[in-house]
Amino acid sequence: MNKIIALILLLPSLAFANADEYTILIKNHRFEPAELTVPAGKKIKLIINNADSTPEEFESYELKREKVIPGNAKATIFIGPLTPGKYPFFGEFNEATAKGTIIVQ
Amino acid sequence: MFGTAVIVFREVLEAALIIGIVAAATRDVPNNRRWISAGVILGLLGAMILAGFTDKISELASGMGQELFNALILIMAVFMLAWHNIWMASHGKELAANARNVGKAIKDGVKECSILLTVVGFAVLREGSETVLFLYGIATSDQVEVFSMLLGGAIGVAAGVAVGYTLYKGLLRIPMRWFFSATSILVLLLAAGMASQAAGYLIQSDLIPSLASPLWDTSETLPEKSVLGILLHSLIGYDARPAGMQLVFYVVTLVTISIGMKLTNNQPNKNKLQVAA
Repeated sequence: MNKIIALILLLPSLAFANADEYTILIKNHRFEPAELTVPAGKKIKLIINNADSTPEEFESYELKREKVIPGNAKATIFIGPLTPGKYPFFGEFNEATAKGTIIVQ
Repeated sequence: MFGTAVIVFREVLEAALIIGIVAAATRDVPNNRRWISAGVILGLLGAMILAGFTDKISELASGMGQELFNALILIMAVFMLAWHNIWMASHGKELAANARNVGKAIKDGVKECSILLTVVGFAVLREGSETVLFLYGIATSDQVEVFSMLLGGAIGVAAGVAVGYTLYKGLLRIPMRWFFSATSILVLLLAAGMASQAAGYLIQSDLIPSLASPLWDTSETLPEKSVLGILLHSLIGYDARPAGMQLVFYVVTLVTISIGMKLTNNQPNKNKLQVAA
């Protein structure tokens, strides 16, 4: 019984263990790096670190993701598994400068 | 300025279309305008409070608080719209046929008003909090064009409200014998679209699997960011790259509410027969 409970408790960590982790920094309303290469067919954990004092919205039509990141805060976004290709993303609140692409290989 | 107007327009439009449909569908509810205004005001107040707590909400549920909050709000709105279509629609017919029951009419009117208040309030809350955050970002930035950008925001709000109002006025022009079916279908599709959006947030938070993502890709033919794409997204839940699970949520909501409407629609007929006998 205890073993089963332990297994159930471990399940979430197993799911997360599969995800590769990548960090993207937002500074002066720009993404750093603006181009990020990730492997195809895998779940990816993106950590967006907003170093600006103003909020930003990470958005991508191609990735189907939309998330507000408060000023001076971090947010986690899971993406994938993805097929190879280019997946542009942008910061909706500063679309002129905040642009980037995730390249899946 | 133009960029700001477009972003604010996009956010406001979605809420305005929802309000336009719901306002038309509840045209016979006493004081419906007052309840809609109350929903808008409460929604705006809520949006400002919500915007202030974004960082707190984001931290909840291992950083997935935003997704869960949005999904919850959408699912609650779906239930409210379903309730409207299934219960209130049939009660409305019954009441029209049986005007003596004033007490029941008032009771149902109050129920209908609470639906109005919630759906309108939630729509404004969801779209408004993003707009508030966006405008706050502009207002606190040290850019020189702050005024012109805020003016752009005002233009965006006005344009969005104008489209919603046009839809409302257009719906009211539908002849009475089709009006009921037309607004029910619009509310039905609105609810299904919201369910699909909720599924999108639950997929993003990794709570449910996406099942084939994307199921199809029509972003070349009809991009979601085009005017027609935004309109169809808000009205019928159009998605250029839907996940399989979103379609499941969409169809289940559509079928469930339709069956509910069919079942309750048969009851007034029974009553009519009894009256005739």
